[in-house]
Amino acid sequence: MPSKRSAPLGLKIAVGLVLAFLYLPFTVILLYAFTTEDSGFTFPPPGLTLHWFTVAAGRSDLWQALTLSLQVATIATLLALVLGTLAALAVYRTAFFGRESISFLLLLPIALPGIVTGIALRSAIGLTSIPFSFWTIVVGHATFCIVVVYNNVLARLRRTSTSLTEASMDLGADSLQTFRHILLPQLATALLAGGLLAFALSFDEVIVTTFTSGQKATLPIWILNQLVRPRQRPVTNVAAVFVIAATFIPIWVSHRLSRAAESD
Amino acid sequence: MLVSLFKNLYPQSPRSTFYRRSVNFFYRHPRLVLLLLLAAPLFWLGIVYLGSLAALLIQSFYHLDDFTGQVVRQFTLATYGELFTRANLDVIRRTLTMATVVTIADAILAFPIAYYMARYASPGLKGILYLAVLMPLWSNYLVRVYAWKLILAKEGVLSWLIQQLHLNGLLNAVLSLPGIGGPSLSVSAIGPFLAFVYVWLPYMILPLQAALERVPASLIEASADLGGRGWATLRWVILPLAFPGVVAGSIFTFSLTLGDFIVPSILGNSSFYIGQVAYIQQGTAGNIPLAAAFTVVPMLIMTVYLIMAKRLGAFDAL
Repeated sequence: MPSKRSAPLGLKIAVGLVLAFLYLPFTVILLYAFTTEDSGFTFPPPGLTLHWFTVAAGRSDLWQALTLSLQVATIATLLALVLGTLAALAVYRTAFFGRESISFLLLLPIALPGIVTGIALRSAIGLTSIPFSFWTIVVGHATFCIVVVYNNVLARLRRTSTSLTEASMDLGADSLQTFRHILLPQLATALLAGGLLAFALSFDEVIVTTFTSGQKATLPIWILNQLVRPRQRPVTNVAAVFVIAATFIPIWVSHRLSRAAESD
Repeated sequence: MLVSLFKNLYPQSPRSTFYRRSVNFFYRHPRLVLLLLLAAPLFWLGIVYLGSLAALLIQSFYHLDDFTGQVVRQFTLATYGELFTRANLDVIRRTLTMATVVTIADAILAFPIAYYMARYASPGLKGILYLAVLMPLWSNYLVRVYAWKLILAKEGVLSWLIQQLHLNGLLNAVLSLPGIGGPSLSVSAIGPFLAFVYVWLPYMILPLQAALERVPASLIEASADLGGRGWATLRWVILPLAFPGVVAGSIFTFSLTLGDFIVPSILGNSSFYIGQVAYIQQGTAGNIPLAAAFTVVPMLIMTVYLIMAKRLGAFDAL
């Protein structure tokens, strides 16, 4: 319902205020990563320093957490890419009994509150006496990452015209060749966009992870522990700045990729 | 005859006969392909995930033996009975109140920006605003909650701002209110409220914007033609049509607040919420049955909520 007139001033001010509200926390975190104070949050900060970035670089627990997060996110994303694409191809190709419930089933892990998924996995781990490990974290993450890939791939498949696939088959290509040479190139950016979102989702996850990680700490869990038992507060802020940067970039790239595909 | 003709056309075909055979076989059996495609995802979500949910439900019918501290694997409703103790009912009531208030605040905050995006923003600006709303949604939730701890700290940004505006009296008056007040903003009920409103706001903006986008321009013109002023059109035409969008957004804000345990454990006045109790019961208390029963509460509430939302047409607005 676009209007040709320009927006009333009051509305513009309200929009500005809401945007300021949305971005205030990021600004504050960024600012406090440079503060000279090592405990407490005085505003305005008494002085600015780059000291905490060096301290953060020397903290081995932080590096371990980061490495674990990257490993988990990579494996969970790969699993989600395979499972999400398979599900999207199945749903797209054929109509079958229970097709609607597949989408619902895939959506469930992110539609239910994280604590439900978390405690559910925790109680399954408890009932089956599987020990907590790297893989229990990965299983939890992959479960809610599948839907992101699935949605992206399915949306792309629905936009691809079937005439290309038909032409390929008419010209004598078999289904695998058609998939390899026709479908896959068209899905490439959707896979990349979905994969980046899944990666960001896994890299940031804290609620489900608290229930599946046992003693291991991913980066968000590390931050959570820091909040409960603080040691060198500004180091937490440096880690937070890093986490924000690490998610802003993939999201921005993923958004670009999806938009570029839409305007084709 | 035809086959040999093709063979002569493509004499260098590198594919083995086994490959040909299997490709042809799968082409003739689309149901089998479907089954193979679905096997892995269905195994994962059907067995691993639904299995876990089932494990959760089963556990909620066990109970913890008070003397031994062991979970007794025997069917009982005793654990659900514990939910109805005064303290636990208080927790449920408090969480529901918080979820409701947060949802209303989010709807009010989301409206201007959603309305601006749908009605006034140029396509380019709309893309930028869309990304501006999406970024906070996708960036680390824990970091965003933590930022509010910094903002609301006693000597933090908000206190500084209030001091600059000479509103200290007002702040103290708010903080001395029974029930929601406290020694400082971050340890009063206002702390978790602000953090909740903040972290779930994008979930309200996006569906509301989508709903507003679909309000036909002709209806707005008709309202104006019939003498409806700006406010009248907003109140009687736009708001009713955007309402399903609000309901769609409220599914997220409500459900996410119900299950959260991070926000109230970082901010607030140490009064418990459902997610926190479930977290503590499964962790330090080792009472997984009670934790499971507590997570069934938000699931039940959300089921009822979703049925109501469907009646209100929220799913068409998603």
